[in-house]
Amino acid sequence: MSGPVDLLARLGASVRAGLADIGDAARLLLRLLALVPAALARFRLVADQIHFLGNHSLAIIGVSGLFVGFVLGLQGYYTLQRYGSGDALGLLVALSLVRELGPVVAALLFAGRAGTALTAEIGLMKSGEQLAAMEMMAVDPVRRVLAPRFVGGLIAMPLLAAVFSAVGIIGGWVVGVLLIGVDAGAFWSQMQGGVDVFKDVGNGVVKSILFGLTVTFVALRQGHACRPTPEGVARATTRTVVMASLAVLGLDFVLTALMFSI
Amino acid sequence: MTCGYGDRIILRDVDLVVPRGAVVALMGTSGGGKTTVLRLIGRQIEASAGQVLFDGTEVGTLDRDGLMAMRRRMGMLFQFGALFTDLSVFDNVAFPLREHTDLPEPMIRDLVLMKLDAVGLRGARDLMPSQISGGMSRRVALARAIALDPELIMYDEPFAGLDPISMGVAARLIRQLNDALGVTSIVVSHDVDETFSIADHVVFIANGGIAAQGSPEALRRSDDPLVRQFVSAAPDGPVRFHYAAAPIAEDLGLGAHR
Repeated sequence: MSGPVDLLARLGASVRAGLADIGDAARLLLRLLALVPAALARFRLVADQIHFLGNHSLAIIGVSGLFVGFVLGLQGYYTLQRYGSGDALGLLVALSLVRELGPVVAALLFAGRAGTALTAEIGLMKSGEQLAAMEMMAVDPVRRVLAPRFVGGLIAMPLLAAVFSAVGIIGGWVVGVLLIGVDAGAFWSQMQGGVDVFKDVGNGVVKSILFGLTVTFVALRQGHACRPTPEGVARATTRTVVMASLAVLGLDFVLTALMFSI
Repeated sequence: MTCGYGDRIILRDVDLVVPRGAVVALMGTSGGGKTTVLRLIGRQIEASAGQVLFDGTEVGTLDRDGLMAMRRRMGMLFQFGALFTDLSVFDNVAFPLREHTDLPEPMIRDLVLMKLDAVGLRGARDLMPSQISGGMSRRVALARAIALDPELIMYDEPFAGLDPISMGVAARLIRQLNDALGVTSIVVSHDVDETFSIADHVVFIANGGIAAQGSPEALRRSDDPLVRQFVSAAPDGPVRFHYAAAPIAEDLGLGAHR
């Protein structure tokens, strides 16, 4: 009799723990959102984080954007020229990047580069009793440490996605115009005429802001809730990449369905 | 008061008074609940029963603002300093001043240099925590703990891992700061000689309660087996050397031959 009862008890305990975890995360998210104005009031702390999260991610974002642009130029031209539409390459590259690849790939790279750094930093602060020391100094760690990083991530991520898209378009231009020989005027004019500022660029920006919120929040939450041991920090860092990446891809589907399917 | 983590009771029915202006040492075996007492006073954890009073105010009933106001009147030195690794020595000490006051930067600079001078590290102001030794880290943390002129300073294992010179420096510093600033100090420590040399009152915590307490001289003369074992660093006594286990002969499979 104890077998099924034990199983039920364990199931109940894990469901309760899961619900408590979700509630805890939701409370932290609401606190961070409520603390955005306070964080902006001390913009120097936020600026440091934009530099840490944004500038230090520029290299990987730029190089990745360039190569994605190269591939888009090659693959796009290969497909378009079969239908005699090679001149539309600029439009295809720009729409692919601005609507999808820019925000999504930049967010995935952001999770790997900046998200892991955030989790490890917060986790190590926790294991080194720095957060406890802050609390004992009557300083709220969520307000002083987490909120500036949260706002920094919210600001840095759309900028990185914009850089990714811009560099990717240059990559597509290099391959399409310089190497393959697509007409430069057609490349740019098709892009100019076909890309809508609000529907395409605007929605892409909204996506990148929401991805920035998702990745930064997951990274901060994992660091804040991790076990204060080397193993705990390592596990939290891994979870950040896995959870943030899956959340970005899932959220991208939902957002795309909402934004472009209607 | 009584306190524990989950179902595990760490302290049971402990009644402890820390007189104002005194250096009170909490001693006892590892895991005996000494650090828990500090955490209870700062309300990092809460008592499951009973009261913790700070200057007559019950810590457990304070709202968040009240708790923060109370913590501003306390300073805590963590075991390994807990310095902010991304800030310099100067910025670490300036941290509480910048967070809690609107003082102009020149005044903060003067205050920080005075605090660093008190711990002998004015010259290390521009170094990062990674560039200083463990003993220096703790002294910087002490300067940071006294930045807001607290009424109570709590030291969690201030002598752990220090060389004899640093240990002596740290001990004298605790006593001097206590007397010069007129604060109350609570020191959690294992080091009998250094702690007895600076404490006014020593409390031995063992088996979830207070096993003995008194002045260092009285405890040196004590006949209490636990105090004797602790003071003389004897491996066996009321505190067993071996963790509870089956007889070794049984574990080694020798029992059948008998």
